[in-house]
Amino acid sequence: MAERYSSFESGGRMWLLQRVTAAFLLVVLAFHFFLLHFVHHADEVTLAASSARMEQLSYYSLMVLFLVTATFHGVNGVYNALVNQGLTGTKRTVVKWSLVAASVVLLFQGIRTANAWAGGFPLL
Amino acid sequence: MSQSYNRGLIEDFSRWREFEAGMWAWIFHKFTGWVLIGYLFTHIAVLSTAIPAADGATMMFQGSQTDVFTGTIVSLEGLLLVRILEVGLLAVAVFHMLNGTRLLLVDLGVGLEAQDKSFYASLILTGAITVASVPTFIAGAF
Repeated sequence: MAERYSSFESGGRMWLLQRVTAAFLLVVLAFHFFLLHFVHHADEVTLAASSARMEQLSYYSLMVLFLVTATFHGVNGVYNALVNQGLTGTKRTVVKWSLVAASVVLLFQGIRTANAWAGGFPLL
Repeated sequence: MSQSYNRGLIEDFSRWREFEAGMWAWIFHKFTGWVLIGYLFTHIAVLSTAIPAADGATMMFQGSQTDVFTGTIVSLEGLLLVRILEVGLLAVAVFHMLNGTRLLLVDLGVGLEAQDKSFYASLILTGAITVASVPTFIAGAF
């Protein structure tokens, strides 16, 4: 057996980022589920309540960071899974940049949505 | 950067009886990862109804005009299918988180010798958390 059991090349920057974002997401995803399903119930969601949360800079910042890390972790995970299955050459380059483009669209739309709730970037 | 490993084709279904705990953990982690990233895109798409809602767009909901964000979310939550899918999403997320913790620990050099046991523990804990959450997720759907 190999000495290392990870699918990723150890020591790389992306390898480390995948794990750092994983550790962050463990905490924030648990908080997200707990807050929006157990403290507040999903069927009680209103625009006013979502706006009230998002108008707070701390919550807004956490959610934007949540979106950025989740997008990176998910899209990088998909890319690694495909490379792991043997994706190489031009196809690999095309897939890579398609995933980058999809990430940019997701982040743009997510931040637009956060700003719509917050009524712009919350300063205080 | 990642590398390509030859694990054989998982599409070669006759091999599944030979899989050990680590292979199942690998397959489940990939599967739950694909579901979660797919859900993230869907989630942002649905939440984007907050953009027209913030500009005053409304829809007819339960006999009165409601902002399109609240109307869309509450309508979706009123469907039993959506509630069941949410329980499935919770199960997928919990497994990915628990197995991900297991992977982080193994990467840090902790628990490699018990990696099969920690996979079974991840499965059992996922089942327990999911079952315990069903009442909360289904409440008000009927």
